[in-house]
Amino acid sequence: MPGPTPNVDGDDTPPRDSPPGDTPPGDAADDGSDDGVRIDMISGARMEGLTSMEKIRLILDGVRDGNIVILEEGLSPDEESKLIEVTMTEISPDDFTGIEIETYPKAETSDQSFLDKLMGRKSAQKLTVIGPANRIETLHKDENLISTLVSRK
Amino acid sequence: MGLLTNLRDSISRVTDGLFAADDPKRIGIYGPPNAGKTTLANRIARDWTGDAVGPESHIPHETRRARRKENVEIERNGRTVTIDIVDTPGVTTKVDYKEFLDHDMEKEDAVRRSREATEGVAEAMHWLREDVDGVIYVLDATNDPFTQVNTMLIGIIESQDLPALILANKTDLPEADVQQIANAFPQHETIPLSALEGDNMDEVYTKIAEYFG
Ligand SMILES: Nc1nc2c(ncn2[C@@H]2O[C@H](COP(=O)(O)OP(=O)(O)OP(=O)(O)O)[C@@H](O)[C@H]2O)c(=O)[nH]1
Ligand SMILES: [Mg+2]
Repeated sequence: MPGPTPNVDGDDTPPRDSPPGDTPPGDAADDGSDDGVRIDMISGARMEGLTSMEKIRLILDGVRDGNIVILEEGLSPDEESKLIEVTMTEISPDDFTGIEIETYPKAETSDQSFLDKLMGRKSAQKLTVIGPANRIETLHKDENLISTLVSRK
Repeated sequence: MGLLTNLRDSISRVTDGLFAADDPKRIGIYGPPNAGKTTLANRIARDWTGDAVGPESHIPHETRRARRKENVEIERNGRTVTIDIVDTPGVTTKVDYKEFLDHDMEKEDAVRRSREATEGVAEAMHWLREDVDGVIYVLDATNDPFTQVNTMLIGIIESQDLPALILANKTDLPEADVQQIANAFPQHETIPLSALEGDNMDEVYTKIAEYFG
């Protein structure tokens, strides 16, 4: 059972111009196995230059590929609302059943958590974890469980 | 692009008339599926206009198109408050048609129900950003209120500075825990009620008049 493969986006990675539906960004660290779970880590710096819809596209492309997407800095309420709306328009029988989303407030992620170590930095703002609904039983508030709660295909 | 056309049509259907004459406030009834939103909307409509808004059901996503009841005049303390009630589909981040199969539904009907539900939730989210003046957030007090959907929705409502009333519904059930809802959203007032039995509706109407009048 291979563990989740962190796929940390460097701050210097420019946003891609490729159209939605293309390979999601940051697949350099593809785990190379069929039942492995890939995690797309998206830094705050990377999200900074994107429009709301580009952020949502980035997230949903990752999730629809079966990945767990971790945002170093969460979405604004307005973006969360659009994420729900766009998710709804993309749900289709036997293909995509929607998303699970969980946020981890600053207080709980302070002092060098496991995620901070993965991100190689001190405590992040509001970590947001988003995954495909059919592959995630529950995203618990305990960050150490993220890696173990991902259901196998 | 049937969905977008439908969305646009139903949005304009709802916005038509919303800006008519006196502009009563549009109050959206939001909350997770099965919380009792339609039961509450029907009770309010029946109490003040004499007719209902839409069907209620124990099967989630019974409401899949927002329904409006216009010009509901609520009288409180010698004052009349006029509002439009918009009953919305229960908000969620996922819909799997297979869950409806457990409710004795054929696949075709379940798939249709799920498609309608997703369109309805998308619409409801859109309106929340554009078209409501206040929110009644209904929660089933027998369920854990600490869900991501509730947190996100309350956050969205707060970010728009909309007046919001939180209702802890189904207090007639012994497992109802109103305090847990109050604890989950301490920045808002929580009003207990049973929309089904009509318990505590007086306080609900007083608060509606106070918040949305
Ligand atoms: N015991 C009890 N049951 C209630 C109460 N209010 C609603 N219900 C029941 O809860 C179920 C769901 O009620 P609805 O009003 O259809 O819920 P909704 O929030 O509109 O649901 P969706 O439209 O599917 O999102 C129905 O079986 C209602 O009879 C209440 O105060 N007490
Ligand atoms: Mg309903």
